[in-house]
Amino acid sequence: MTQKTSMREAYGETLVELGKENPDIVVLDADLARSTMTHFFARQFPDRFFDCGIAEQNMMGIAAGLAASGKVPFASTFAVFAPGRCFDQVRMCIAQPGLNVKLVTTHGGISVGEDGISHQSIEDLALIASLPGFTVIVPADAVEAAQAVKTAAATYGPFYIRLCRPKTPLVYDRDYRLDLGKAVLMKPGKDATIIAIGLMVSAALEAAEDLAREGIDCRVLNMSTLKPVDSAAIIAAAAETGAIVTAEEHLEHGGLGSAVAQVTAKHQPVPVEHIAIKDTYAKSGKQAELFQRYGLTAGDIEQAVRTAIKRKRV
Amino acid sequence: MSLPKLNSSSSAPADVGAGQAFSSPAKARTPSIEDMRAIAKRLRRHIITMISQAGSGHPGGSLSAVEIVTALFFKVLRHRLADPCWPERDRFILSKGHAAPLLYAVLAECGYLPVEELATLRQMDSRLQGHTDRACTPGVEMSAGALGQGLSFAIGTALTARLNSQDYRVYALLGDGECDEGQVWEAAMAAAHFKIDNLVAIVDNNGIQLDGWNRDIMNLEPFNKKWEAFGWYVIEVDGHDLSQLLDAFERARSVKGKPTVIIAHTVKGKGVSFMENNPDFHGKVPTPAEVKTALEELA
Repeated sequence: MTQKTSMREAYGETLVELGKENPDIVVLDADLARSTMTHFFARQFPDRFFDCGIAEQNMMGIAAGLAASGKVPFASTFAVFAPGRCFDQVRMCIAQPGLNVKLVTTHGGISVGEDGISHQSIEDLALIASLPGFTVIVPADAVEAAQAVKTAAATYGPFYIRLCRPKTPLVYDRDYRLDLGKAVLMKPGKDATIIAIGLMVSAALEAAEDLAREGIDCRVLNMSTLKPVDSAAIIAAAAETGAIVTAEEHLEHGGLGSAVAQVTAKHQPVPVEHIAIKDTYAKSGKQAELFQRYGLTAGDIEQAVRTAIKRKRV
Repeated sequence: MSLPKLNSSSSAPADVGAGQAFSSPAKARTPSIEDMRAIAKRLRRHIITMISQAGSGHPGGSLSAVEIVTALFFKVLRHRLADPCWPERDRFILSKGHAAPLLYAVLAECGYLPVEELATLRQMDSRLQGHTDRACTPGVEMSAGALGQGLSFAIGTALTARLNSQDYRVYALLGDGECDEGQVWEAAMAAAHFKIDNLVAIVDNNGIQLDGWNRDIMNLEPFNKKWEAFGWYVIEVDGHDLSQLLDAFERARSVKGKPTVIIAHTVKGKGVSFMENNPDFHGKVPTPAEVKTALEELA
């Protein structure tokens, strides 16, 4: 659990692996190849790599044209620039025709830290999840990131995969295989369920361990496929544990919290608490300081679990 | 759905002379300039009729580009009627998606759609959506409607030909007003940077956008110098002169190492006296009396 690895490196290495297997895989970047790690692919397959410069809108159109003529384009930039900077291009050229474009963004959430709010992507999941037909994956670690990229390559249709900048604890071993659209049971439990995505999964596991010492038995689900969300797992969690806490490095609205609340409201109403950024922008700062300030620590999750459990006794 | 009958003289593509041979123009009896003028006139009649029946749509910018698409579909493009998705086909990318009626009309005249289907434009469950949707209509390469995006899409399509060592060419039709969009210039820069020479952009330079004349709304001049400065080979033609258009497309084939733009000087609303150079008819439907007059003028 303490070993930290980079989702971005896993992405870059997986692209090279896929590039060897499938000559139709092409990669685009918007002058961030050294940060998104697509430069691994660029070095190996220079003819199949297109640096589009600092022009994300054009990059999305080019990716759509490549996909429409049979290529499997992976387009990468920071999460703050896609879909934000090119939302209309992603909407009309990729989502509406359902083209086979894979958007893989890095530096998602506020864990980007010191760069400040212009670079902290806290709206991207709400934007991309609003587009019909997109599959959205938020991997929990480097192993799952590699799995997500392979799954996207092997599955026709538009994908959005959101990675983060910092190295993150490994929550999976090398044998893990992503099952698209299925929540992953990380820990069984009966008193409440923590549903998390991205680097909040390791925080959720930490919180569950702490709570176990208080005699609170938490189920932990990794909802790495944010869309289509695994409604059955949410309904089962609500029915069997009676309280849910969601945890994500994103705004409270439009992401995981909203998706889970929508399912429970319709099928199995139970108390739901959200660990997320409340309707605000953050600040420059170190990741740990930011997570403390904006309520994204394991301790915050634990408090939310206690609150949710109290609410179910009403 | 019952199809209202179009007030049009055309019934099948065979009428134009080349008939089924349109499916492989290379081997077809080549349509003469006269044949193509007749086709252009029919496209204009279709556009007027379709838009009036639909009760909404964009006549002005459809009428201005009639000769451009006529030249392309009946002479320049390599395509197969029997196989709209033929991998070796030349691609026509309509970036100015509001000219959808023009594209549907030419697809119908080629035989990709029944001419009668044109009457379903914009109706519920029609394959002919208000703006082009590639998932709905055979022969439509790109979903469009939000402006400024077609050139980027065309670059991607052209790059695939390079990657696959295919020799198809890509033609993207843009509006001049559309060139207000920054993405057009991102794409212009990229196409030159990537040295894409199987790409031809055609700008329907009718001088008018929705709110009025380009020069009053957002000046584009010096337009040709902008394209030159972005690294493109620039050809300027009278966009209603089929011979000039065909010459320009031929010249573009010999340009290597850079993309070509054909700035086609056109008249918005061309062919209908009261629509010509009239910004009102960007997106206005003619009244029944106006339709009657228009069709008489296009008889």
